Amino acid sequence: MNKLIEIRWHARAGQGAVTAAKLVAETALFEDRFMQAMPEYGPERMGAPLKAFTRISDEPIEVYNNIEHPDIVVLLDETLIDVIDITEGMHDDGAVIINTTESPAAMRARLGVPESVAVATIDASGIALNTIKRDIPNTPIVGALTKVRPIVQVESVKGQLQKSFGKKFAQAMIDANLESVQRAYEEVQVG
Amino acid sequence: MATPQQPTWDIENFDDWSSADFPLGMTGVETGNGQYYRTGGWRSIRPVWDKEACKDCMLCWINCPDSAIDVEDGKMTGINLDHCKGCGVCVKECRFDALKMVSEHDIAKEA
Amino acid sequence: MAKAEQKTTAATGNAFVAEAYRQVAPDVVCAYPITPQTTIVEEFAKFVAKGKVHTEFVAVESEHSSMSASIGASAAGARTMTATSSQGLAYMWEELHIASGLRLPIIMTNTNRAISAPINIHCDHSDVMGARDTGWVILFAENAQEAYDHTIMSVRIAEENSLPVMPTLDGFITTHSIARAEVLDDESVANFVGEFTPEHAMLAEGKPVTVGGFASLGNAYLEVKKAEREAIDASADSILAIGKEFEELTGRPYAHIEGYGMEDAETAIIILGSSAGNARAVAREMRAEGKKVGVIKIRTYRPFPSKEIAEMVKGCKAIAVLDRAESFGAPAGPLALDTMSALYENNVMVPLRPYIYGLGGADVRLDLIRSVYDDLDKAAAGEPSPGLVYLGAH
Repeated sequence: MNKLIEIRWHARAGQGAVTAAKLVAETALFEDRFMQAMPEYGPERMGAPLKAFTRISDEPIEVYNNIEHPDIVVLLDETLIDVIDITEGMHDDGAVIINTTESPAAMRARLGVPESVAVATIDASGIALNTIKRDIPNTPIVGALTKVRPIVQVESVKGQLQKSFGKKFAQAMIDANLESVQRAYEEVQVG
Repeated sequence: MATPQQPTWDIENFDDWSSADFPLGMTGVETGNGQYYRTGGWRSIRPVWDKEACKDCMLCWINCPDSAIDVEDGKMTGINLDHCKGCGVCVKECRFDALKMVSEHDIAKEA
Repeated sequence: MAKAEQKTTAATGNAFVAEAYRQVAPDVVCAYPITPQTTIVEEFAKFVAKGKVHTEFVAVESEHSSMSASIGASAAGARTMTATSSQGLAYMWEELHIASGLRLPIIMTNTNRAISAPINIHCDHSDVMGARDTGWVILFAENAQEAYDHTIMSVRIAEENSLPVMPTLDGFITTHSIARAEVLDDESVANFVGEFTPEHAMLAEGKPVTVGGFASLGNAYLEVKKAEREAIDASADSILAIGKEFEELTGRPYAHIEGYGMEDAETAIIILGSSAGNARAVAREMRAEGKKVGVIKIRTYRPFPSKEIAEMVKGCKAIAVLDRAESFGAPAGPLALDTMSALYENNVMVPLRPYIYGLGGADVRLDLIRSVYDDLDKAAAGEPSPGLVYLGAH
């Protein structure tokens, strides 16, 4: 994949979107590719809508502005659909991945995106509660992302998690995170 | 206290120095050389010392702002006119009328 | 110098800068936190607390104090580093002159940020441009890699020229984004920066000096300032020599300015910092469309590379200078003013259009940069300049 891939993350402050943006970027580096991750900075207010960005490329990345025309949009909190236009500026062949218990068809209807855009849903919060025992949907949703758009390999995500968590967390916690990634990878639905 | 070296700087003529002559950042690299900068020429009146009346109490020595009272082995030996600016503090402080101010004009006339 | 082993890692720009500080291992760091610089000193303070670097870390009560303490430490003979941003840099202003006037090789990172009012914590170059005439060598980094590299190079530049150096990186865009960069091993950095042996030091045993000379009589002040001017002008060659040595170590070249497409560019944009990447991305696209456009990125801002810029643009039909700072009341922003002087001085008369962009973190959209090249086509065709343009403003 030679093209520059641009991912825009939408979440509420505190849901771990910045960490997810970083995880995908670090996974790209794990694959020895070029990457960039940054939040859109503003006052830090728990619950406020925020954006984060990830870029991945096989070439050094030289653009540093906000992502206006994403290839992929990841939504960690479906209630934001009523607050902001999450698919604004998105490419027609893009993909939207949403943390929800609803079906892709139901979410497509709410988003009103063209048929050419892939809409994927995953109960990332449910998986997180089951595995990590906390509602931190950011790690599992990265697993789902790699299934919908294999911009990085799911095994690389796990490798990167092991690398970064290895020194800081107990093995049980690492295993729970790895399981959450695998489950989301398997359970994500695309419609 | 170590005796300062005679300065190698031509400090009297620093008005003629070019940018390259000044030490880096105008740092004073030869310290303790104030004694070679003669301020005696600023004076219009000077203290004159009466050795007989002097008790070597050192009040003038303590108060002189220009370290112009010469002392050896705890005894006053004279006034350093290379540095005395003629401020008169020594005369004011002296309790024994051993110092008085005389105009440079009168001194020059006498000489 | 043989090429060193390097490790490729992902971190924020500030984390890379803090890592460079740790590797340089200065004797003293005096700092006060301010967004978006905070994480540099926070990370560095952690290194000190964990014993990973043996630096005297002085947490001071303001930026005024941080520069005061840095001046004291440097005059005493310590390798001294600090970091600041925005209002903090402004608060140091009087002492920036003291650091340079005393010829103290202090290294201070600035994370470029807007100046109040209105309150804004985001990137522009208003802070550093306020310090452009203070006698500091000023470097602009495009990305985290350059920020890391410039930090290490700055130590040598400062100490070999007896001048303070301000390596800068763009607030948030570079300071807080996670990027990929190569990091040297500790030993290579230690060897590259070497030992600090100041010409004069207040704490040099048996060689006492007086710092803070009085020069209110005669021509002394004029001569000492001339010496400072001569030193910063002469630092240009020294920066290149140090850059060459750094390239041998890392494989990454350093030049005062970097041209993209300038071998045949008919129109070009001159720009500083992270936006140079955005401009290059647009130029790359346009060159693929057959348009002869170029970009000049300036890395050494002070001393200003006048000759190099004039030489690079002399074949252009029109150029634009993009300023991320104002110079209110002047004909253009500071970089445009510098460029105009550079061209005039070198007798290169190319139509120049000045722009102000991205103030307070306003996003540097690629379509805005493309619109500048479109304007330059008109300028090249002889259309008179409308004067200063606020890019992206209504």
